[in-house]
Amino acid sequence: MINITINNKVIQVEEGTTIFEAAKQHGVLIPHFCYMENVHQIGSCRICVVEVEGGKTLMASCVTEVKEGMIVHTNSERVRDVRKVIYELMLSDHPKECLSCWRNQNCELQDLGNLIQISEFRYEGAKSKDIIDTSSPSIVRDSSKCILCRRCVTVCNDIQGVGLMNPHHRGFSTFIGPSEDELLGESVCTNCVQCVLVCPVGALKEKDSTAIVWEALYDKTKTIVVQTAPAVRAALGEVFGYEPGMLVTGKMASALHELGFNYVFDTNFAADLTIMEEGSEFLGRVKNAITAPGKNDVLPMITSCSPGWIKFIEHRYPDQLSNLSSCKSPHMMLGALTKTYFAEKMNIDPANIYVVSVMPCTAKKFEITRPEMFNNGLADVDAVITTRELGRMIKDAGIDFRNLPDGEFDSPLGLSSGAADIFGTTGGVMEAALRTVYELVTGRELPANNLHITPLEGLDRIKTAELKIENPLPEFSFLAEVTVKVAVTSGLLGAAELLNEIKKGTSPYHFIEIMGCPGGCISGGGQPRPVNDAIRTKRLEAIYREDEGKLLRKSHENQDIMMLYHDFLGVPLGHKSHELLHTVYTRRSKN
Amino acid sequence: MTTSYQLKRADFIFKYENDWEKILSKCISRTPQELINELISSELKGRGGAGFPTGLKWKLAAEVVDATKYVICNADEGEPGTFKDREILSMVPYKVLTGMAVCGYVIGAKEGYIYLRGEYFFLQPELNKAIREFEYYCKGINLDFTIRIFMGSGAYICGEETALFESMEGKRGEPRNKPPFPSSYGYMGKPTVINNVETLAHTYTIFKYGAKRFYDLGVQYSRGSKLFSVSGDTPKPGIYELELGMSLADFVDEFGDGDTKAVQVGGASGFLVPRKRFDETAIGFQGKLTGISLPTGGSMMLFNSSRSMFNVLDNYLEFFREESCGQCTPCRVGCQQLLMGIKAVKRGEKNAKYLDKLLRLTETMKLTAKCGLGQSVANSFSSIVENFREEMIY
Repeated sequence: MINITINNKVIQVEEGTTIFEAAKQHGVLIPHFCYMENVHQIGSCRICVVEVEGGKTLMASCVTEVKEGMIVHTNSERVRDVRKVIYELMLSDHPKECLSCWRNQNCELQDLGNLIQISEFRYEGAKSKDIIDTSSPSIVRDSSKCILCRRCVTVCNDIQGVGLMNPHHRGFSTFIGPSEDELLGESVCTNCVQCVLVCPVGALKEKDSTAIVWEALYDKTKTIVVQTAPAVRAALGEVFGYEPGMLVTGKMASALHELGFNYVFDTNFAADLTIMEEGSEFLGRVKNAITAPGKNDVLPMITSCSPGWIKFIEHRYPDQLSNLSSCKSPHMMLGALTKTYFAEKMNIDPANIYVVSVMPCTAKKFEITRPEMFNNGLADVDAVITTRELGRMIKDAGIDFRNLPDGEFDSPLGLSSGAADIFGTTGGVMEAALRTVYELVTGRELPANNLHITPLEGLDRIKTAELKIENPLPEFSFLAEVTVKVAVTSGLLGAAELLNEIKKGTSPYHFIEIMGCPGGCISGGGQPRPVNDAIRTKRLEAIYREDEGKLLRKSHENQDIMMLYHDFLGVPLGHKSHELLHTVYTRRSKN
Repeated sequence: MTTSYQLKRADFIFKYENDWEKILSKCISRTPQELINELISSELKGRGGAGFPTGLKWKLAAEVVDATKYVICNADEGEPGTFKDREILSMVPYKVLTGMAVCGYVIGAKEGYIYLRGEYFFLQPELNKAIREFEYYCKGINLDFTIRIFMGSGAYICGEETALFESMEGKRGEPRNKPPFPSSYGYMGKPTVINNVETLAHTYTIFKYGAKRFYDLGVQYSRGSKLFSVSGDTPKPGIYELELGMSLADFVDEFGDGDTKAVQVGGASGFLVPRKRFDETAIGFQGKLTGISLPTGGSMMLFNSSRSMFNVLDNYLEFFREESCGQCTPCRVGCQQLLMGIKAVKRGEKNAKYLDKLLRLTETMKLTAKCGLGQSVANSFSSIVENFREEMIY
């Protein structure tokens, strides 16, 4: 332990603690800006500077470690003075268009100005950058608002390993983004949009789709169908002031009905369907690998629900595309079924159906533009809005969310199992798949604690588990005594690690689940801000609560899924499935 | 006037000496501790401008236990008005190479790098030739030490030691947080000694003639001689080796054109000294003689009465606005604001009091910028604005 003095208070903290953390632990809050807990170690904004006695200059408290006997002042005249000057400098290179900014009243720059009592702008000045890039289907980048905190650089490089967002040029001309003439829409950007989640101002935002959704809602000739992903219900409440981890499934369904959607479906239905298809695909690959090696036996098989991850592998590991499951992501499956199965059943012309997906994800906005995601010239899904955008629409429509009664999803694409719910969190798809695969193979329930595979839960970067198959049913006898090895990762840095193993031929796994965003969909790029590990954990717990609260917890027991196969699809991996539910991937350039 | 103020020429650095093999062999027959002690007792301080004691720097790196360490010669001579390192490397490269190898021997490093300023590409062929010959000799005496040239790409900021490491590691040249310091965490995260070209050349003098010979030059706190790059309104621009501690008045007597209005000591990041303060200003590292004492990388720019100090400052600020790495707010936006600010005052768009707000801004930059670049913009700004306020306004 180390003894230091902060603002005349003698405190003890652990060695290696920064001044900022030490102060926080003892109730002294130092105004800060670019700081991101545990990951961002650049100290670029200089807002958090403090006076350390004996030092020639002030020290950035977020990166300076405590030393024995240090005497620190966090609110001396000098400190408060320079803090204001630095803030005014930031503001001098920032457009003052707060009222029309999408981040108005949800802006860390505004909050900081308020906190440190800014009352004048002494330094009016030139604006350095005015690049507005709308080329991406997922992100809009407005450099004029960027204050160069570089959080997005940290996320894009150190957490996602994509390495696209970087500083360019020098001095006052410095800007953050892809290189000079490169557009986001034509780059290796995976559209994971973790950068938007950390941007303190309005420089990075999702491409807004609410306008086209409103337009569709006003078009009375159309049947408007909406579907919501599992992770949305665990985070939407935060937009309306609920604590993180509050499940608002019922209110969300009501709000969607009130907004005027004709049918409110649950993407979870398609998650169950994904398990049927992907599980069958997996068993097929394993069977081939064991009984007829050489054909359609590429292992490990990797999940394909996360379109950010898909774009990443297409750019970075194009030789490994055959490892991907050919399943479309669940909301694309549901979109395809809506315009075929549902249209047929309800006798509606599919051309008059408009499908909106509410997703925790911005990469889905890109996904629906992929040419593979069209069927007979009709897009499987017509628009994607994020959790944040749905929140804005509900507010805009004047719906009193907190006082809504609980509503229900509509049939026939609304019923889902608990296995589908956990798709929203890292490890969930794998657990859901194993619940079904194990039971299909052995006829017995997955031998796990309340159906949970504990080593696959939580926020660790790479999680692994093994499952030994004993006494399989006769048709799966080839699996007897086989130990199935699985791995789960979320965030693209972990993905790269597992892919490198596959490339080298050292990967021991049969089945890998990869989600593009750290923590999985619960902290996807379209979820409410802020996102940190504490909030991730709460959303994750909510998802598991939803699962455990259901009687139906295994995909293959979902009666509506059975009916769908019986009435329409035939069997998993059948002809219709291939046409509607499976896809192909594209090799893309590495830069 | 005391004797310590007199301007005295010295001639060590450029003296032609073809005995580097002997000096190197002699050095490695001594213990590292002896060599460190020799350096410490010479009181040699870094000649890049910051003036950190060289012996202490070597000692700190020697004390860290690590199988891999590096010696880096900082030849990214980018300070406006400095051109001495270029001459050292083209005239007496062996002194620098010897200094590096001895340093490698002392701290336990097997690899040395010369970070050569991008614009000095023309030095490369000759320097490489010298390095090859030097390495050949090292092999002969069983000294495991190699030297490579790393070409810079023209960024001023890469002269800052941690930005230089980043640049060498293939990253964007931007300063790191300090601590940790290079002696424990430098190039590739390994213990590193990084010395200016001239510093290394001085170690040659010290190891050849002994610490006392060096120590006897100069004055207290500022021992030895130093190269000065003299430019501006002077009848004899060039590089001169002078003992430290001289007064600026003596310097101007020798190099001025009779009409010297001010001298910029230490380049754009240094201080401007007006005529009325020539007498009380000494050129050295620290400690008061009778007036102020200025550390310097050796750039001495003389301005006569025909020069507008507004233009001088404008020029410096243009330079800083462009050469700031763009990382921390105070430097990135501050330099721009200072430049815009003095222009606005000059044009009459802002009243003279705005200069005081700008001075306050430089104070913030000095206290909060991440590295020496941003911190030292205040030096020239405040010394020019405070001494020539009138010229800023009218």
